[in-house]
Amino acid sequence: MKKIIEGSMAVAEAIRVCRPHVISAYPITPQTHIVENLSQFVADGKLKSEFVNVESEFGAASVVLGASATGARTFSCTTSQGLLLMLEVLYNIAGLRFPVVIVVANRAVSAPINIWCDHQDAVTARDTGWIQLWAEDNQEVYDMCLQAYRIGENPEVSLPVMVNFDGFILTHAFEPVELIEQKDADKFLPPYKPVQYLTTKNPLTFGLLVDPEYYTETRYRLQKAMEDSKKVIEDVAFEFKKKFGRYSGGLVEKYRLDDAETAVISMGSVTGTIKDVVDNFRDEGKNVGVLKIRTLRPFPKEAIYSALKDVKNIIVMEKSISLGLEGVLSTEIKGCFYGKENQPKISGFIVGLGGRDISKDSVRKTILKAEKELVEAEFVDLKYELIGGKLL
Amino acid sequence: MKKPEITESLLAPGHKACAGCGEALAARIIMDAAGPDIIVTAATGCLEVFSTLYPQSAWKMPWIHSLFENSSAVAAGIEVALKALGRENEAKVIAQGGDGATADIGVGCLSGMFERGHDVLYICYDNEAYMNTGIQRSGLTPFEASTTTSPSGEISWGNKTDKKPMPEIAAAHKIPYVATATVGYIKDLEKKVKKALSIKGPKYLQVHCPCPLGWAHDPSLTIKVAKMAVQTGLIPIFEMENEKITSVRKIAKKQPVEEYLKLQARFRHLFKKIGGEEEIKRIQQIADNNIKKYGLM
Amino acid sequence: MAKPEGVVAKPGSSKEYKTGSWRTEKPVFKQDKCTDCRICVMVCPDGVIFGSDKKYYADLDYCKGCGICVEECPVDDIEMVVEVR
Repeated sequence: MKKIIEGSMAVAEAIRVCRPHVISAYPITPQTHIVENLSQFVADGKLKSEFVNVESEFGAASVVLGASATGARTFSCTTSQGLLLMLEVLYNIAGLRFPVVIVVANRAVSAPINIWCDHQDAVTARDTGWIQLWAEDNQEVYDMCLQAYRIGENPEVSLPVMVNFDGFILTHAFEPVELIEQKDADKFLPPYKPVQYLTTKNPLTFGLLVDPEYYTETRYRLQKAMEDSKKVIEDVAFEFKKKFGRYSGGLVEKYRLDDAETAVISMGSVTGTIKDVVDNFRDEGKNVGVLKIRTLRPFPKEAIYSALKDVKNIIVMEKSISLGLEGVLSTEIKGCFYGKENQPKISGFIVGLGGRDISKDSVRKTILKAEKELVEAEFVDLKYELIGGKLL
Repeated sequence: MKKPEITESLLAPGHKACAGCGEALAARIIMDAAGPDIIVTAATGCLEVFSTLYPQSAWKMPWIHSLFENSSAVAAGIEVALKALGRENEAKVIAQGGDGATADIGVGCLSGMFERGHDVLYICYDNEAYMNTGIQRSGLTPFEASTTTSPSGEISWGNKTDKKPMPEIAAAHKIPYVATATVGYIKDLEKKVKKALSIKGPKYLQVHCPCPLGWAHDPSLTIKVAKMAVQTGLIPIFEMENEKITSVRKIAKKQPVEEYLKLQARFRHLFKKIGGEEEIKRIQQIADNNIKKYGLM
Repeated sequence: MAKPEGVVAKPGSSKEYKTGSWRTEKPVFKQDKCTDCRICVMVCPDGVIFGSDKKYYADLDYCKGCGICVEECPVDDIEMVVEVR
């Protein structure tokens, strides 16, 4: 059934059919509509979940950790400062191998405080051991929520999953979304069967002190589980497509990349704008395509290399930066080509920070510029009048 | 003839607590009074470190340690999950933390757990400093105790503040049961654990646990020191139900605070430095105020 | 595929480690004036004093030799003895 709904409602609707036992969250803009909708579902008896209103995001992450440890399916949702406050718990959840799912309504981080979209929050959390899925539109985020539980709860994976979509740009946008009936969702996503959990029937100890003799191997297992989850992420996306007709997950999405000489790489909703520009270029006879990153962690370096091995120019447009270096994605894309023949030119641009719109015209100019020269960590659409009239 | 008793504790031996550890004693008494149908969380600290060095664990019930500051929130998650999974009759939920985990870094999560009314018993093992990291002061370190971050010195008498009133802070959340106890009086501790678990809702039990290492007393004196703390009035033992004090342990024979302080090297400076007598009078004042406030005599 | 082995431990597995080696003195139960009050059983931080009928003993595999049982015995029926190993 197709309905025109807000992005936040799309997430709430997806989570409703996933039937989490425990939801815990703390309100933060622009995530609030998601938790409000879920609270209303619980209040109306449309969702049988324990909804725990907590004193902070730190508490929310800790409550879902405890619930997941007990064998429950869990959900939380946050953004920006809230995600940063959760950070210590995020590492812990992954290390304990609990398949918690959270949705992040991506937003800039403070200071200066800014409530609008960029990707700095979740990109900062990339090393926590969480699988990270990134949605371009509200249909994708809806579909990814269902896939997230299937991926994380797979006993071979047993990892938490973070589903990312753009704050305000998507959370507050009304778009048509194909919704899945409960009975079909139940078939795709059966009840969670934890391998190890807190129960008096098998009184295990979790969260031990691990000394140098054993610690390295715990991290190795986590790394291996992340690497191996790539296959599960793709399998789940294929299975979803078979059931519901949409390939909306997986590792990357290739858009008009056949015979492309130039490829633009991006994540999130800005990809839509870039696709429009690419369509225009194609109409003009220019061979340009797009590679959208759907899974940032585990990082799909093989899929990226195989999709882009024949292009001459790669242009990374990203909404976050590793201060003191360049965009994180730029560095990581370069890594995909290390030691390979036919090295493409890889340029990096920082776009759309703190919610600044990026126009098709800017995208177009950026692509044309990067085709001519190698550009590193260039801030697109800088307002020179705000920085003293010229580049610093 | 009685059968020879060889039942082992729910906190198994082989753990690496120091000889004479008050916290290990308290934990063993509490688990055996509460168990076996319990699920237990713990904050980072001595208790977690000495009992769970991988690949071994001293705990015989389902048990989890997550972080320093979230023992109460993890316990809340366990409690709601049991409810949501229809397993609420499987076990009672107990959260544990040291004084630093409880009164300092974890006080936000603890307050949230109380306010939301989770059916969880929270145990604060109060050994009056961050012992695991090497005896740094916490919010429950007593007045003028010397710790590694509140040392006595040429111009210092040690810790400048007195213990944060955590039992009263807990009670102010209008939770049904708050109590203090001590390893000095084990039967009383057992009784309070059982009573707490018979009550639905959030419960707070703060247990005074001497630390032979941090307080610098002979390991054999753990119980004597704990009893002396009570008999001076420095550690009031009481119960609060719905914000009102409902019972206090009366002092049998009031002891001057010197008798307590002199057993422990963390107060040695009070007896060595000029002017120490005046400082001891100030500590006596704290004890006397407790006696008056809680009606200990 | 890597097995999802979280870091867990079996209940009570700490017993594999024998803390008795830490000790320099051991408690000796004289079994002379014992009144079966069981205070020694109750006060042992490691829970390793067992027995009944005025016959109690410490499990020396684990006893750390803290001496609390000696200090708390109301009839002085336990004493610490230096151990020669």
